[in-house]
Amino acid sequence: MDALLSKLLLYLQYPFVIHALIVGLLIALCSSLFGVTLVLKRFSFIGDGLAHVAFGAMAAASVLGFANRTAFILPVTILCAVWLLRGGQSARVKGDAAIAMISVGALAFGYLLLHLFTPSANISADVCGTLFGSASILTLTEEEVWLCAVLSLLMLLVFILFYHKIFYVTFDEDFARAVGTNARLYNLLIALVIAVIIVLSMNLVGSLLISAFVIFPALSAMRLFATFRTVTIGAAVVSVLGALLGLLLAIVAGTPVGATIVAIDALAFFLCTLAGRLRDGATG
Amino acid sequence: MPQILCRDLAAGYPGHPVFSGLNFSVNAGDYLCIVGENGAGKTTLMKTLLGLRKPLAGRVEFGDGLTPREIGYLSQQTPVQRDFPASVREVVLSGFQGRMGLRPFYNRAEKEQARENMARLGIEDLAGHCYRDLSGGQQQRVLLARALGAARKLLLLDEPVAGLDPLVTADMYRILRELHQSGMTIVMITHDVSEALPFANRVLHIGKRLFSGSQTEYRSWRAALAAPAGKAG
Ligand SMILES: Nc1ncnc2c1ncn2[C@@H]1O[C@H](COP(=O)(O)OP(=O)(O)OP(=O)(O)O)[C@@H](O)[C@H]1O
Ligand SMILES: [Mg+2]
Repeated sequence: MDALLSKLLLYLQYPFVIHALIVGLLIALCSSLFGVTLVLKRFSFIGDGLAHVAFGAMAAASVLGFANRTAFILPVTILCAVWLLRGGQSARVKGDAAIAMISVGALAFGYLLLHLFTPSANISADVCGTLFGSASILTLTEEEVWLCAVLSLLMLLVFILFYHKIFYVTFDEDFARAVGTNARLYNLLIALVIAVIIVLSMNLVGSLLISAFVIFPALSAMRLFATFRTVTIGAAVVSVLGALLGLLLAIVAGTPVGATIVAIDALAFFLCTLAGRLRDGATG
Repeated sequence: MPQILCRDLAAGYPGHPVFSGLNFSVNAGDYLCIVGENGAGKTTLMKTLLGLRKPLAGRVEFGDGLTPREIGYLSQQTPVQRDFPASVREVVLSGFQGRMGLRPFYNRAEKEQARENMARLGIEDLAGHCYRDLSGGQQQRVLLARALGAARKLLLLDEPVAGLDPLVTADMYRILRELHQSGMTIVMITHDVSEALPFANRVLHIGKRLFSGSQTEYRSWRAALAAPAGKAG
């Protein structure tokens, strides 16, 4: 125990570890906030598709040798998000096939690129790292850390400013449109933000685990709470605590960051479900 | 210029027009009841007026300075996801969003008015409750309170009293009359001909035959329709 603690303290002396921690928590915070919207708008599968797109873009960025990969992945993912959500909710069914196509295509394309052009012999480790995040949050360049921090703060600001409007257009889009709100514009904004969140989360947990990372805290909070405000706050708390615990554990135990965080989120979901059941059982 | 003008309007669904050739207008201060059988196209008409559906032919024009942001709307069915977390207060307050533009937070006056609207509809005690756990009639009242928040000039209601108990129904009509007296235009779809119609100054009938006119004209039109053929006019 002492050894683990001193190991942790040793790590925490390095500024880059502290920075990674802060960025990780910021990413966890804003991903959980918009995770609620993602779940309520039934956009979860879009998140998954976009994560694969981000993987493909990441592969392309690595092969092309960009120093700041995030700066390349971001616009590509945003474009895909806007394209997928352009039809709004009514086009959802038709969109299904498009999403499957894009996501699997991007995955195959990305893997192929890495396979063909990566000089390192250890390609499976590289791919694994991109898919599952490994310790990637600690390997981000200074520049990327800054970009992530600024983007998360920006998303946080967007969420605070549009909190009531997100509720309003998500709860009843027909009413919003009827009373003269441009719901389409808000859907576009949500798509845009979700794309940004996914790219940010990829840095923390890797592409395959993004959906779980973004959605688990929201689902956990929805098991316990029944108003938009409490669910939002609950999701944020679960996500930030999960990420903090996961990051520290990963540092100490040397486990992969993404998998550790998501495992903790899954555990939290299980506990919240149990607590919700117990409470409902007790009152009803 | 009336607040809403329909010219030669046809509405319905692709390949399935529900009605066509409808001409009528809504003027400021009107209390208009829209009547007709189930499936006649009343809901379709209201959605077309609100721009939720595109007209198949003809036009809907807003005039007299009316903008969509001054309209309150209560739909016949509001499919809300089973698991949507929302408190009554959150839903009622969201009625103000249309008029808020980009302002991010509700102001004191809006919170106060939301509270008043909830009190008016007898749902003040439910403010902190979860919307999805309410009874159908309670949910209807919550959505009405939201519509009241949105309505500044015009209130469009699709069967507002469906599912309400007699006491609340009577209250509802009283509230609508008060609103009307304070200058609000009311457009209401209803099947409650005996109770609702007396308040209306105009009636629109949707069906195989279209009719638009004053209440007395409507009654004589109905009487003429019911009379033996030959007399109808
Ligand atoms: N989404 C839809 N697609 C195709 N046809 C529809 C759709 N919704 C309604 N209709 C049809 O349009 C017609 C008019 O429906 P509408 O809901 O406007 O009737 P209504 O007058 O409001 O009836 P009610 O009194 O039962 O509310 C009906 O024949 C219905 O079958
Ligand atoms: Mg109807």
